[in-house]
Amino acid sequence: MQRRVIFDNRALPYLLLAPQVAVTLVFFIWPAAQALWQSVHLQDAFGLRSQFVGFENFAAVLSDPNYLQTVETTIVFSVSVTVLSLASALGLAVLADSKIRAAAAYKTLLIWPYALAPAVAAVLWMFIFNPDIGILGRALNDLGYAWDYRLNDGQALTMVILAASWKQVSYNFIFFLAGLQAIPRSVLEAASIDGAGAVRRFWTITFPLLSPTTFFLLVVDVVYAFFETFGTIHALTHGGPGKATETLIFRVYQDGVVNHDLGGSSAQSVILMVIVIALTAIQFRFVERKVHYS
Amino acid sequence: MTPDRATPRSGGRLMDLVPHLILMLGVLVFAFPIYVTVIGSTWDAATIGRGNLPLTPGGEMLNNYASAWSESQGNRVMHTPVRIMMWNSLVMALVIALGKIAISIISAYAVAFFRFPLRMVFFWMIFITLMLPVEVRIIPTYEVVANLGLIDSYAGLTVPLIASATATLLFRQFFLTIPDELVEAAKIDGAGALRFFVDVVLPLSRTNIAALFVILFIYGWNQYLWPLLITNSADMETVVIGITKMIGNGEAATDWNLIMATTVLAMLPPVAVVVLMQRWFVKGLVDSEK
Repeated sequence: MQRRVIFDNRALPYLLLAPQVAVTLVFFIWPAAQALWQSVHLQDAFGLRSQFVGFENFAAVLSDPNYLQTVETTIVFSVSVTVLSLASALGLAVLADSKIRAAAAYKTLLIWPYALAPAVAAVLWMFIFNPDIGILGRALNDLGYAWDYRLNDGQALTMVILAASWKQVSYNFIFFLAGLQAIPRSVLEAASIDGAGAVRRFWTITFPLLSPTTFFLLVVDVVYAFFETFGTIHALTHGGPGKATETLIFRVYQDGVVNHDLGGSSAQSVILMVIVIALTAIQFRFVERKVHYS
Repeated sequence: MTPDRATPRSGGRLMDLVPHLILMLGVLVFAFPIYVTVIGSTWDAATIGRGNLPLTPGGEMLNNYASAWSESQGNRVMHTPVRIMMWNSLVMALVIALGKIAISIISAYAVAFFRFPLRMVFFWMIFITLMLPVEVRIIPTYEVVANLGLIDSYAGLTVPLIASATATLLFRQFFLTIPDELVEAAKIDGAGALRFFVDVVLPLSRTNIAALFVILFIYGWNQYLWPLLITNSADMETVVIGITKMIGNGEAATDWNLIMATTVLAMLPPVAVVVLMQRWFVKGLVDSEK
């Protein structure tokens, strides 16, 4: 954790830290404290007076059937996005890592979607699956399948899940590829000489050795599905139809910005913070065991 | 579907083709929506609106891009000219990327090369920000920015996103690997901490800086929720927000040609950065998350 040889200077380290610490205090610690404070207070309609109400906001949020519905949507959404994007990325990475011609070209062609914004990914999907103008959206209707994700709950959820997963595959692909390249070839060759087939080698050697990568990506993807997909949902469905595609983060925005319910929105923010801190803690416990910091 | 790199023997011609077919399918799934969008941006709004978009380029390309780029009025909807939105996105992405790198590298330097009271307190305080994505504390952060009068300003768009635990941790980790002998030699030569930073540490960090730049540029360019809250005036809109505003409620009768042209323009800078700096970026991404 510490270098042996260091510089002696009293004021300089504080000066170097000052900008980062200032931004952190003003835009991270202070707002987080505010969210905590607001989450246990009730404000009147004009924001002039507020009263300490303890856990009332939390109780109100957690007993609201709408909120619980949102929790359920978020779980379905996050699990689907995580599983879909992890599985397809792993499959593609394993293939692109094998001795195959044009592997480098495939890699480049699969990596670039990392650059797309979640909202842009959503818009691209809209161009394809819009029932009026999209090629596939119209094709589905022409085939007699009533496709309109703007009206049908299940179709809307499918649409945001697919668009959000599509965007995340390249990120997972990059990490799986790096993980695969770190696996010693000699181990795989030894197994091959012992007569293990490709499928067996994958499940007994490659997959277990990839588990740190997989676990890391699992946490990253859940965090992605929870927060960064706000753009996907906002661009594609606005949480609708009804509340069919409203996730927790979308609801914080909806309640805080659109409906001006500060106490409720803050309580929701605090709940989200607890979830994120728990996820990060799990991740670091795991990383600590794997990576040795000197 | 399984790795086949350890066996030189092949299972026949057909089996060799399967991985290629799957990979090509993967590439196609990612490329097809882009292809359709690029094609759409070369046709007129009516053709797209009727739902009969051909799969070959039309003749309206120059008109569409020129109109989206500099005009604020399509046939059917108003929009902020793309050149203004692209400029806003560019400023936002650059300030966030360079700002994050600058304040992270100096704070990592302070934590790694000095010993001073409260060092670990500061370190943990920075570390905690890792756990609070902007989306989580969005409303209170918005209030702070509003109270500071930074709504509709570049400062409001960028400064709250500029603290970076990830970059600080990455630089610190790298600084811990700089050999003590180098520091001792510098001290014997009479170089102070700042001199050592400029002459030794910065040049050694070049690769890390380049890799981080790619990741952070994309992070900044792709921001959504934050600019959505902070910008009210059309002059401050970023291009990603601009696209969804142009789409509105997605009716058939809208300027799809301009929307598609705008989408293509909005994708170009981040995709170019990733493709051109692929090697650095992949290394940086994997390293920074370790």
